[in-house]
Amino acid sequence: MEIENGYYIGIDIGSTASKTIVLDEKTVVDAFTLPTGWNGRETAQGIYETLLKKGYAASMRCVATGYGRICVDYADKIVTEITCHGRGGWALFHKNSTIIDVGGQDTKIIKVENGQVIDFLMNDKCAAGTGKFIEVMATRLGATLEEMYQMAESGNALSISAMCTVFAESEVISHIGAGEKREDIAAGVIDSVASKVSNLAMRFGITEHIVLTGGLSGSPYFVKILSQKLGSSVITDSFARYAGALGAALIAARKNTIHLPNNR
Amino acid sequence: MMKLPENFETYAEARKAGFLRMKEIKDNGGRIVGIFCSFVPQELLMAAGAAAAPLCAFSDEPIPAAEAHLPRNLCPLIKASYGFALTDTCPYFYFSDFIVGETTCDGKRKMFELMNEIKETYVMQLPHSKSEAALELWKAEIIRLKEKLEDFYGITITEEQIKEAIRIKNKERNAMLGFLELGKLNPAPLSGYELGTRLDGLGFNFDMEERCRIIEERTKEVYEDWKKNYEGKESNRPRILVTGCPNSGVRDKIIKAVEEMGADVVAFDCCNGTREKVELVDENMPVYDALAKKYININCSVMSPNQSRMNYIEEMMEEYQIDGVIEIILQACHTYNIESHYVKQTVVNKGKAYLMIETDYSQADKGQIGTRLEAFLETMEK
Repeated sequence: MEIENGYYIGIDIGSTASKTIVLDEKTVVDAFTLPTGWNGRETAQGIYETLLKKGYAASMRCVATGYGRICVDYADKIVTEITCHGRGGWALFHKNSTIIDVGGQDTKIIKVENGQVIDFLMNDKCAAGTGKFIEVMATRLGATLEEMYQMAESGNALSISAMCTVFAESEVISHIGAGEKREDIAAGVIDSVASKVSNLAMRFGITEHIVLTGGLSGSPYFVKILSQKLGSSVITDSFARYAGALGAALIAARKNTIHLPNNR
Repeated sequence: MMKLPENFETYAEARKAGFLRMKEIKDNGGRIVGIFCSFVPQELLMAAGAAAAPLCAFSDEPIPAAEAHLPRNLCPLIKASYGFALTDTCPYFYFSDFIVGETTCDGKRKMFELMNEIKETYVMQLPHSKSEAALELWKAEIIRLKEKLEDFYGITITEEQIKEAIRIKNKERNAMLGFLELGKLNPAPLSGYELGTRLDGLGFNFDMEERCRIIEERTKEVYEDWKKNYEGKESNRPRILVTGCPNSGVRDKIIKAVEEMGADVVAFDCCNGTREKVELVDENMPVYDALAKKYININCSVMSPNQSRMNYIEEMMEEYQIDGVIEIILQACHTYNIESHYVKQTVVNKGKAYLMIETDYSQADKGQIGTRLEAFLETMEK
């Protein structure tokens, strides 16, 4: 069923940020991010109010994804972030690829062919190798995520070898105690996440094209390090953090692909 | 199809009802032998007039106690089984005259040494291949178990008694198999949750005749209901084969969950599924040769190589019209974990979806597993 003069909404309630994508029949008409905060329902309500204010809510079909997806009680359908990142990642680059989504809560490796998820692997119950790890360490270094990425660019990565976030934090504390430069510690943190993500991806098996989606796609330094570790160049763009929301919106629109804004 | 019959007996209820039966056996001077694994030839126990008490444990509860002696990074089934014994909280262990273990995996093999300090634990040396030499060794081990039983109870076990036990056990296998093969019907006539729970529950009923009667009755009832109400109405719910480690301890977290999400678990390639039941004991061969041959052919991942398991999975995928395979790996089960490489290959080569879940008995990963199962079903959407 087509919605007349209506919108297809994809909402991705992640553990840290909530992303929304708005499509019409032809193109992406809007994209916005809100912090998830501590209450998923309030976040979902906040997104609804924004959609209402912007005039999208009158006629819309909405698909929710992400770890807070069940909080979106106005969604027409709920789909897992694995499928959505797969669909969204494919729509961004139109390549049969291995999509790596490093989120705030977990990391997923997704194999996609012709817009369909063929196979996937998720990290085990552990925060190491996820965005959460960087968040925890940024707090410890008194930096925002943005600052963390910037500092890492100019640092020489110190070794952080613990496989557990809690133990790795004590390693970081001992680096701080030893008077190491913040830049070097920040680089070490990013490096450690890239190692864990690339190990997971290698275990799963990577294809010719590798796409990075999720929050960490916003860090050029991470993309560079991850490419080095995988021995293959990782593609991403500024829209990749919206991949989950884009995938959800495409499912709402029952489309595999859509025109993307050039200035994204 | 996630509907349970009104009089459905949960695993916990069946286990509890078994306590009373077991006490009755004991009070009447009967014999009870505790066992863990489908490799132990129950025919010999039956010939000795002993009931087999299933000791594989599926509960999270006794694990912390077990971890006082065993490493944390060990199979939850082994830890739970040992934990029950150590804390003296399992009536089946308590009522067992002695325990028959086997050298299937390293974890159990070494745990049995510790268990032996709590109650006599006799260990069968199971070879890990299916060669001629292995078969000879296994036959000798089967005879050794017979002698152990004779020695322990001060009895003589005749070949006639073993023959009779083989006949009864074969009949029971067929009855169980008939029930499990209901899963071949489309639409699925009952839930995989019920299939598994019932078979486990019947393990706590020590009267073979009654076991057969109960399961044959239910098989007939389900089939007639299907014939009358569902035949010809094929469903588009994905049909799932569950394979891998014993799944009773994670049945709610995985099997029930995936069925509630809209799939039908119709087939089980695992030790509480069809694996042990498809091959009967040959009633025309000399008894020890027949038992050795049947039991060594069980496709457990401890066997190396284990191509016959892949062949069996392929066959099952055809016979049960499988859309996707979920492999359950219990934490630290190296043999199944490594063999999952070939299982995935087998499934993917048939163009079907495969998902491996490594887990333990805790509820900590319930949410994550839920997401994986949902995503897995999304990959199969027709």
